[in-house]
Amino acid sequence: MRPGRRGHGMPCPYGESVMTVQRNESIVGASVARKEGRDKVTGRARYIDDMTLPGMLFGATVRSSVARAKIKKISFGAEINWDEFVVVSAADIPGKNCIALILDDQPCLADGMINHPEEPILLLAHPERHKLWKAMAAVKIDYEELPAVTTIEESEGGLASGREVIWGADNIFKTFLIEKGDVDSVWPSAAHIVEGEYSTGAQEQLYIENNGIIAAFDPAEGVTIWGSLQCPYYVHKAMMKLFALPEDKVRVVQMETGGAFGGKEEYPSMIAGHAALLARKSGRPVKIIYDRAEDMAATTKRHPSRTRHRTAVDGDGKILGGEIEFVIDGGAYATLSSVVLSRGTIHAGGPYHWPNIRIRSKAVATNVPPHGAFRGFGAPQSLFAMERHMDRIAQVVGVSASEIRRRNFLRPEQTTTTQQKVSEEVNLEFLMDRALELSDYEAKKKRFTAANATGEKKRGMGIASFLHGAGFTGSGERYLDSVAGVEGCADGTVRVLVSSTEFGQGTNTVLCQIAAETLKISYDSVAIAQPDTFAVPNSGPTVASRTVMVVGKLVHSAALGLRQTLVGAGLLRDGYSAEEFRVACAEYVAKCGVLKSYARYQAPPDVFWDDEKYRGEAYATYAWAVYVAEVSVEPATYSVAIEDFVALQEVGRVLHPILAEGQIVGGVAQAIGFALYEKVVWEGGRMRNNQMTNYIMPTSSDLPPIRVFFEEFGNPHGAYGAKGIGELPMDGPAPAILNALEDACGVRCTAIPMLPEDLFAAMAHGGPDATVLSGKTQ
Amino acid sequence: MTSTKDCAGKCAVTFTVNGEARQVVAYPMARLLDILRNELGLTGAKEGCGEGECGSCAVLMDDVLVNSCLVPVLQAGGTAIFTIEGLASEGKLHAVQQAFLDCGGAQCGICTPGMIMATVELLGKKPAPSMEEIREGLSGNLCRCTGYMQIFSAVAEAARRIAAP
Repeated sequence: MRPGRRGHGMPCPYGESVMTVQRNESIVGASVARKEGRDKVTGRARYIDDMTLPGMLFGATVRSSVARAKIKKISFGAEINWDEFVVVSAADIPGKNCIALILDDQPCLADGMINHPEEPILLLAHPERHKLWKAMAAVKIDYEELPAVTTIEESEGGLASGREVIWGADNIFKTFLIEKGDVDSVWPSAAHIVEGEYSTGAQEQLYIENNGIIAAFDPAEGVTIWGSLQCPYYVHKAMMKLFALPEDKVRVVQMETGGAFGGKEEYPSMIAGHAALLARKSGRPVKIIYDRAEDMAATTKRHPSRTRHRTAVDGDGKILGGEIEFVIDGGAYATLSSVVLSRGTIHAGGPYHWPNIRIRSKAVATNVPPHGAFRGFGAPQSLFAMERHMDRIAQVVGVSASEIRRRNFLRPEQTTTTQQKVSEEVNLEFLMDRALELSDYEAKKKRFTAANATGEKKRGMGIASFLHGAGFTGSGERYLDSVAGVEGCADGTVRVLVSSTEFGQGTNTVLCQIAAETLKISYDSVAIAQPDTFAVPNSGPTVASRTVMVVGKLVHSAALGLRQTLVGAGLLRDGYSAEEFRVACAEYVAKCGVLKSYARYQAPPDVFWDDEKYRGEAYATYAWAVYVAEVSVEPATYSVAIEDFVALQEVGRVLHPILAEGQIVGGVAQAIGFALYEKVVWEGGRMRNNQMTNYIMPTSSDLPPIRVFFEEFGNPHGAYGAKGIGELPMDGPAPAILNALEDACGVRCTAIPMLPEDLFAAMAHGGPDATVLSGKTQ
Repeated sequence: MTSTKDCAGKCAVTFTVNGEARQVVAYPMARLLDILRNELGLTGAKEGCGEGECGSCAVLMDDVLVNSCLVPVLQAGGTAIFTIEGLASEGKLHAVQQAFLDCGGAQCGICTPGMIMATVELLGKKPAPSMEEIREGLSGNLCRCTGYMQIFSAVAEAARRIAAP
């Protein structure tokens, strides 16, 4: 990384940071207008609930009220004229009763057995939406209840005592083991052994648009799905299996999607299945739109986690080795837990050099609704633990929070926990210096320490340094085998053909920028096709911070292919103008009918990954960051205010400064919620505060000035040097804030979310359980 | 109140929407949001929570910002309703819309109509709002994408452009 190659300060409304967004001659790197922006600011953008089909029915889902049970009997109340309703049960499923994803263990509709609250049992449809409520209430389900496990500890404990096994042979969906060096040999030579346990809670994605799907069924044409979703081809795969249909008899179309954050990665397949089953039985299109309460209670959330660290360091605080145990609560079915666990496991060691390490991880089953994808995907959980633990090590060794990190930062040519050699020019010390300078860290810390001794209001500073791997893990991208296309149209304009979806991040805009830049034509002459499995190739799911880096590169290659076709046809010469391109493109289409160019993912040749030993090149590249939080604590109310927040990162080349800044600020805001506001209240495996009234996300009044800074260096694997960006900002804020909180009031909190009442309890008891975190000096 | 009861329990309610006189026949407690979206085809206002927390359904009623999911249509009788669809004139974006577009104030776009209507109301009352007034003025409208900073920039920018077009 070359220090200060180019830095952007966000257009800070506070006027504190310099607006240095560069408007290049080129399209890539400029903040061009968002492709679908005009429709969004005029209210014309069409989301799924804005769509109506002739003769359409409304669908609703009858769900379980218990965590684990056998269904004894289902009865239908006499007060309802059931002839008016379409009723679907598991018996109506023509194919396999599962939501195909990884293990196919989750039923589309419960068939005799209930494994979590809110599990779908029956589906109802009626032309009038309001009549569904009464009908749902008139369905009576008799259960034979079975003992349920609802926490990680119960899931593990049940096993020890030989009792409740609720999934497989041992309640374990997946385990991973990473081993590097010989960790067992380091303990005797350690100056200090530092132990700690950390935990994170469930978090609701809370996209403002609830989940929704419209389905149609035609005996000859098959199933058509329109919906609010991230991954059209995931839904496509699930419908093929559920309806036993070939791929050309399932069509999935993504509508404008009002936020997703991972929350619309896997669950839309469930809703699509439900709507399509009702459509098949009724012969009419069916719309299912969840209300907020149903969406929050029934759909996926971030996996709760528990991480234990045991670290050996020398007298200077240099890490000799360590053991990390990382456990996540997967809920009742396997869904994506194995993949979330994978990312969390690989990120568990943070951006540090571990000569010796053993990381054991597992995803366990509980009788709660399955947890799922949410921005960061396991990494925010294990990095929260790592970065809180790093501060603990600093205390035990007696050095500062920044110094302990400096002494252990990964450097070029060293290897990560998976023994991936750092081949990037990463310079974490530079990022640390810069972040401390931007946040005025040292001066403020000195001032606060002095003032806290006497003052009522306590203030503190906290740091987190971290990394985030871009794209699918290990061999994942190779398995995905993604394809992207670029099409020349009859009028000489160009369309990008991908199944990568827009849900606010800027997919449409950035992929069009890449195509326009590559073809040397104007941004306005490139459009993006609506994701529709009948019209676009499978460019993979829109997840894992992979779209700009991986799919963008494919769009780049496909665009080069298109240009080559025109050159090869003798219609275009080097040094062409945009107008010449337009004419050549139109001429080709007039002559030959179709002008399309596709590019398929090709793994870099030198990438090695061992799925068995979990060793090798875990990610093609990483984004690196140092964040600094400044907090104050109100002594009377225990409320925590973040006074300032500096987010400094290296994400490769920034292709669109405003969108990139928007990603970082938005991610930091969600992570502030994760740390301080958003608590899911569980009762018997059920979310009790499933309303925006009592599940609190940050409002415009709650957030500090979030100041965003980029350092840029290239990434040879990504389009125009880009790396992944979307998930990174979710990883660092929570530990930075909790570190600042400890700096402010001396209380060592190890669990989030940390609400005022939790802080009150911790301070009243003189800190959390001392056995949980003890620095042992040998 | 401009309404008349009919025999099926529904009422005829008249009001203006974006300057045009409209009449609907609806149950008096029908939500204004549903009437706008389903009866009048104005789908710009969105339902995010259905309980007045998120502000996605915000519209102006006699120049006051209301959550249309909490307004029974009967209460809207005789008022002037103003929605996102009425903001751009002859294809030209309103200054607030343009500023949201330029500053990154809209990401997924679902909160945007409500957020823009809240901004229009705010700037109507306070043409040069302070940062605190912007924060306060938008605190009834939740956005999960932006972290609000670029929305604040958009509001400040819109205020500047309106003051010096």
